[in-house]
Amino acid sequence: MKPRRIALTSHARPDDVLAWRAAGAVTRNQFLAEVEMLARSLPAGDYLLNTCEDRYRFMVGWSAALVAGKISLLPASQSVETLRQLQASYPGLFCLHDGKGALAELPQLRYPEMPAVADADAVAVPGIETDRVAVILFTSGSTGLPVAQAKTWGALVSNGRAGAARLGFLDERSPSFTIVGTVPAQHSYGFESTILLTLHGGCALWHGRPFYPADIADALAAVPRPRLLVSTPFHLRALLDSQIDVPATDMMLSATAPLSAELARAAEARLGGTLVEIYGCTEAGQLASRRTSLTSRWTLLQDIGFDQQDGITFACGGHVEGRQRLGDVIELGDDGTFLLHGRHADVINIAGKRTSLAYLNHQLGAVAGVEDGCFFMPDDGSDESVTRLAAFVVAPTLTPRQLLDALRGRLDPIFLPRPLVFLPRLPRNATGKLPRATLAALLDRHAKDAS
Amino acid sequence: MNEPTTLPDGLMAEVADLMVAALNLDIAAGEIDPDAPLFGEGLGLDSIDILEVALAVSKQYGFQLRSDDEDNVRIFASLRSLAGHVAQHRIK
Repeated sequence: MKPRRIALTSHARPDDVLAWRAAGAVTRNQFLAEVEMLARSLPAGDYLLNTCEDRYRFMVGWSAALVAGKISLLPASQSVETLRQLQASYPGLFCLHDGKGALAELPQLRYPEMPAVADADAVAVPGIETDRVAVILFTSGSTGLPVAQAKTWGALVSNGRAGAARLGFLDERSPSFTIVGTVPAQHSYGFESTILLTLHGGCALWHGRPFYPADIADALAAVPRPRLLVSTPFHLRALLDSQIDVPATDMMLSATAPLSAELARAAEARLGGTLVEIYGCTEAGQLASRRTSLTSRWTLLQDIGFDQQDGITFACGGHVEGRQRLGDVIELGDDGTFLLHGRHADVINIAGKRTSLAYLNHQLGAVAGVEDGCFFMPDDGSDESVTRLAAFVVAPTLTPRQLLDALRGRLDPIFLPRPLVFLPRLPRNATGKLPRATLAALLDRHAKDAS
Repeated sequence: MNEPTTLPDGLMAEVADLMVAALNLDIAAGEIDPDAPLFGEGLGLDSIDILEVALAVSKQYGFQLRSDDEDNVRIFASLRSLAGHVAQHRIK
């Protein structure tokens, strides 16, 4: 039987706009011609680490790898240690970058200058086999090794279409939105909501990744309406706090951390559009959404189902491959909607980067000179400011600087402890455990001593 | 671009105070080495911190930071370079 294929993009017309760069619009056929050109110049290895910061270049690089039969790896962190592990597990790994190369000693290809496409009329849209692994995302496992989450092309297309359907983009009367994203294309949410929404949700994307509030306003002003801002509670709060003029934005997406109804309403009032919050995880992809300004209840995306066992929730159906265990405490309603009640104790999520206490503790314990130690996640303050991890450690031969340097090679910077508290011993109880209340009190005492 | 070689009196300490307050740092403002890198092996700040500091700077000094790539790296190279940028661009 011939394998089923789905086109690289659902944009049907050669002159459909897929992206906006400073120089103007990029049509579908221009994009396809660049994909083909880049696909021909990729090195021989089977695996691609795509670190392009420019979103359009990322999309071309990712598509070129797909067309050339290679698999793109999207690790959660680009620390030296992570890349070393990836290199060991994926022989032939090479890095495509557009400025900063990878930290590790990988074969590197700098994103090439593309000549202007003279005649893009005759370019055919490549079809990709639906059962081909198209991307491997990674979550941090508790043993210290990243856990691979392979996604097939068929699942990615379903994922993009489920998101697009929820936002009304698959309706043939829907205009084409242009996406301005503040989140990296390499992160699960950013990948789905910028790259997949462009390839299979009828959208176009802005090439840059604006960072400061003024950058976001500039990027929005540079693209036509309707505009879709793909962002996080953290960036949205910064944008609103900045008091600058923001161009009318027809829709906003937020994910990676809980958004308060208050911030959602303020964003809608200020930017003029509707704000949709997305719930999901790297393993399962996006799963549900809500209009946060109006309701606290989440509605599942098409074809997705939840079931529960012993307080644990599993997602399946639609683009979810297999049955995926979720890290959140979920209360299912009779009507299929649900409430989120925070994370299970071990799961850490800071600014959209996720890990587990077990993983962090494993990394801390593996540093030479550390006799005992543990990370601690304080209770969240307000939900739009970022709460940092603390760590308690027994390491009489190390200075704080030495320990931080060692951790920096092992962890994403966002997980570095602040504060890092040195102790003569940890307050373990009779069973060797470190009760949360004890650690909270210890942190309080440290804060008082420091001030 | 010409960096002012001397900063107005007290500006460096003021920016250090602002950073410590904005980031809730576990260090006194006076302990920040003016020439140590803010990222990586120095203070170990990350992009989330940079956005917080940028917000505090824009509120206190009345101008917006923008990512002109190289520029951005240079501005946040050290406390001294950040204070220098503030001195050049402040409108209040």
